[in-house]
Amino acid sequence: MSVTFVRSAVVLAVGSLVLSGCAPAADPEPESPTAETSSEPEAGSVEAVEGQPESDNFLTLYSGRSETLVQPLIDQFQETTGIEVQVRYGNTGEMAALLLEEGEATQAGVFLSQDAGALGALRAEGLFSTLPEDISSRVPAGFTSTDGSWVGVTGRARVVVYNQDLVSEDELPTTADELVQPRWSGELGVAPTNASFQSFVTAYRVMEGEGAAEAWVSALVANDPEIFEGNTPILEAVEAGVVPLGLINHYYWYRLEAERGEDNLASRLWFTDVGDPTSIVNVTGVGILTPAQLDQDAIDFVDYLTSEAGQSYFVETTYEYPLVAGIDAPEGLPALEDLVTPELDLSDLESLDETTDLLTRFGLL
Amino acid sequence: MSQALTDTSARPAPAAVSGPGWRVIPALAAVVVVLIPMAYLAIRATEVPWSDVVTIVTASRAGEYALNTVVLGFTVSATVLVAGVAIAVGLSRSRVSRLRWWLVASALPLAMPSYLASYGWLVIWPTLSGFGPSWLLLSAVTIPYVVLPTVAALRSVGGEQERVARTLGRGALQAFLLATWPQIRPAALAGALLAFLYTVSDFGLVAMLRFHTLTWGINAAYSASFDRNQAAVLALLIVLIALVGVLGERRVRGQRRLSLGRLRPVGPALVPWVRRSLFVAMLTPLALGIVVPMAGLISRLVQAETLLAIDPARLAEATGWTVLVAVSAALTATLIALPIAALAAKYRTRLASTIESLGYLSHALPGIVVGLSLVFLTLGTLPVLYQTLAILIFGYTVLFASKSIGATRASIEGVSGTLIRVARTLGETPFGAWRRVTLPLALPGILVGALLVMVATMKELPATLILRPTGTNTLATELWTKTVAVEYAQAAPYAALLVLVAAIPAMFLAATRSEKGEAT
Repeated sequence: MSVTFVRSAVVLAVGSLVLSGCAPAADPEPESPTAETSSEPEAGSVEAVEGQPESDNFLTLYSGRSETLVQPLIDQFQETTGIEVQVRYGNTGEMAALLLEEGEATQAGVFLSQDAGALGALRAEGLFSTLPEDISSRVPAGFTSTDGSWVGVTGRARVVVYNQDLVSEDELPTTADELVQPRWSGELGVAPTNASFQSFVTAYRVMEGEGAAEAWVSALVANDPEIFEGNTPILEAVEAGVVPLGLINHYYWYRLEAERGEDNLASRLWFTDVGDPTSIVNVTGVGILTPAQLDQDAIDFVDYLTSEAGQSYFVETTYEYPLVAGIDAPEGLPALEDLVTPELDLSDLESLDETTDLLTRFGLL
Repeated sequence: MSQALTDTSARPAPAAVSGPGWRVIPALAAVVVVLIPMAYLAIRATEVPWSDVVTIVTASRAGEYALNTVVLGFTVSATVLVAGVAIAVGLSRSRVSRLRWWLVASALPLAMPSYLASYGWLVIWPTLSGFGPSWLLLSAVTIPYVVLPTVAALRSVGGEQERVARTLGRGALQAFLLATWPQIRPAALAGALLAFLYTVSDFGLVAMLRFHTLTWGINAAYSASFDRNQAAVLALLIVLIALVGVLGERRVRGQRRLSLGRLRPVGPALVPWVRRSLFVAMLTPLALGIVVPMAGLISRLVQAETLLAIDPARLAEATGWTVLVAVSAALTATLIALPIAALAAKYRTRLASTIESLGYLSHALPGIVVGLSLVFLTLGTLPVLYQTLAILIFGYTVLFASKSIGATRASIEGVSGTLIRVARTLGETPFGAWRRVTLPLALPGILVGALLVMVATMKELPATLILRPTGTNTLATELWTKTVAVEYAQAAPYAALLVLVAAIPAMFLAATRSEKGEAT
C-alpha cells in the first residue's frame, strides 16, 4: 500500500513536472521525450538534465491481454531486471475506456493492447508519450505506429477457420469477395464488434476503395452472416459445426489445439490469398502513458517486450508472429514476410470511424 | 405473541397524516448516492450535440437494441411473475414435507451467474442463440426473485378469505385471484421488477446468445468505437426503459399491505393434477438454470487433460476476496437502502414514492457504465480513494442497493401499527419505538435484502474489473481470466466454486423466508 502510495506520489510529481515543461499536445510530437524537455534545465544543477528517465524499480502495467498469456513473461521480466510490475488485467476495450476516463491521472505506466485500434484511440487523445527511437525502430514500418507513440509487439494473421466435416478444402474461398458468394449464404461467422474484424474492413477500404468496401459489406449482409461477439465464440461455433466457416485470428485455433490436441478438433485454419484484405496481419502493441514518460522502468519493460527474450516468449507460448527482425515465426505458419500486404500501412487501420460508420449503416453494429 | 394479534389489530401502521418532514432528508441523501452514475451519464451525454443524439438513436441500431431490450425485459418479468407465483402457490399448498429444502432448491438459480448459465448451455447445445433462449434462461435465473417473497407473502395471507370465496361458489382460480392475489401482489411484483432490472442490465448472457440488446450496443461503443459519449446515450436509453418498468410496477402494485405478524393456514389444498404440474413448473428453472449449465461446465472439466494447473492458494485467496467484498457490499447497500425503504413504507407522498422509484434506476445500468462513472467521479473528487476496496464496495452498493429496498420496505410495512402505538404509549420516543419494535420485527426482511445483495455481488464481473484494486482477484474475475484465455477446462473449477459460494447466501435466503413463516 505504502509502496503504491509513494510510487504514485513520485509519478504524479514527475508527471506534473513534465507537464509544466511541455503543454500536452493533441498529437505527440515525433521527438524523444528527452529532446522535448531538455530545454528547461533544472535550477541549480548543471549536469542534471530535466527529463532524464529515472527508475524506482516499480511499474504499473494495464494489460488488455490476458493474465494467463502474459504473466509468465512479466515474471521473467521481474526476475531479470528486479523491477516489480503490478498488473491490472481487463479486456482491451475496457482498459482503453478506463485509460481514456483516467486521462492524466492514470497510475498506469504502460498499456499493453490486444489491437492497434485501442492504441490509436489513446494516441488520438494524446495519452501516449513518444517512445525512444531505438525501441520504435526495431519493428518495421507497417507493423507499428508511424509517430513512435506505440510499438508493435506481435502479429496475428486474419484467417478463415472452417469445419472440415462440413467443408472440403478445395471449395474454400481464397478472397474476401468469394466469401460473400451465395455459396456461403448463412454459413459464415463474423464478429463485427471485434476490433480485428473492423481492422479487416478498414484494410478493405484502404486497399479497394470506399465504394468497393461498401459493396462488399452490403453483399456480406445480404448473405445473412452469423453474428458473434468475438473470435472465441466463432471458433467454438465452427468447432461445434454451428457454422461451417468463420473469420478469426490465427492463434485462437493454435491455443485450442494446444488444449485439446489437433486430432480432437473438427476445425482447421485456411489462409486466403496473400494481398487480399482477408489475409492482413493485425498487431498487438504497447505504449508508455504520458505521466510515465520519464519512468525508466516503463522504458525497460517496452524494451524487454521487443527484445529477443520477449519476442521468443510470444512465439513459443501464444503462437503469434514476432515483429522484431531476426526472430523466427512459430512452426507450421506461413512466414510473416509472405503475408505482408505491400500496399497497406497498419497505421492506416487507425481510421476506424469510417469503418464503424460503414458497419453501422449496414446494420452490423 | 401471535395469539394477541387479531386480524384488525394487526393492521399496519397507518400512513402518517402529516408529511414526512425532516425524515425525507436521510432518504434523499441515500438516493442521491445511489444515483451518482446518472451524473456521469448526464455529463457525457451533454457532450454529444443534440443532432448527434438523434443520429445515434435513429441511424445506428440503437432503436432495434432498445426494442429488443424492452421485449426481453417485459417477457422475462411477465414470465417470472406468472410462473413464480404459480410455483410459490405450489410450494405453499402442496403440503410437501421438508418445505424448507424445496425452498432452498428453488433459490439456487440465483447463485448461477447469467453468463455461466448461457455458457454451460452452449457447451451442450452450441446452436442456441437469439430471443427464445435468452428469454428462457434469464427467466430461469431470475425466477427466485418472485418465488421466495411470494411464498413468504402467501404464508402471511393465509387462506380464510379464499375459502370463503370458494364457499360462495367461485372457481379455484377465480377465488385465488379475487381473495389472495391482491394481497401477495406487492411482494410478487417487487420480485418481477428486480428480474426486469436484471434483464435489461445483463450483458454476459445476451452477448453469448447473440441477442442484441442495448448492453451489446454499449459494449460495442466502448470497446470497438471507443466512443464513451455514444455509450452514455445508449445507457440513458436503458435508464428510460427502467423508469417505465419501475413506474409500471408502482401502478399495478396497489396499496394493500400485509401483516407479517402471524402464520396462518396456507389455503386450500390443490387438486392432484394441479399439484403435479406445479411441481414440474418448480423443477423447470432448476433444470434450465442450474442442472444443464452445470452439466455443461462439468463435461468441460472432465475433458481437461489436467487439473493440476489449479492453484489452491490462489483459489482460496479469490474466494476470500469474494466473500469479503460481498459481505461488505451487503452491509453498505442495506444501510443505504434502509432510509429509502423506511420512508416509502411509512409515507405515501409523491416525494416519498419518487425517491423510492429513483432508488431502483441504477440497477438497470450495465456494470461497465457504473464502473467508469465511479472512475470519473472518484478521480474528480477523491483521488485518494481511487482503485481502493472502498470504491469497489461503493460501486456494488450503487448497483445493488435496489435489491434491498423492496424487501426492507415490505418488512417494515408489515410491522403491526398497534405494537408501535403500544410502545409509544409506554413512553418510547418515536425513534425508540422504531429501534425496539420496528427494526427487530423487520429484521428478517432486511436480512433477505442483504443476502440478495451478497449473491449479486459475488457474481458481478464488469464493474469489478474496472474498480478493483490492481492485483485483487475475485472468483468472477478469475473465471474471466481463464475464459478469455480459452482455457475452458481450467475455468470450470472456478465456475463451480463461484456457484457454490453464491449458493450459500441463496440458501440462507430461502431459510430466512421459511423461518419467517414457520417461527412467528
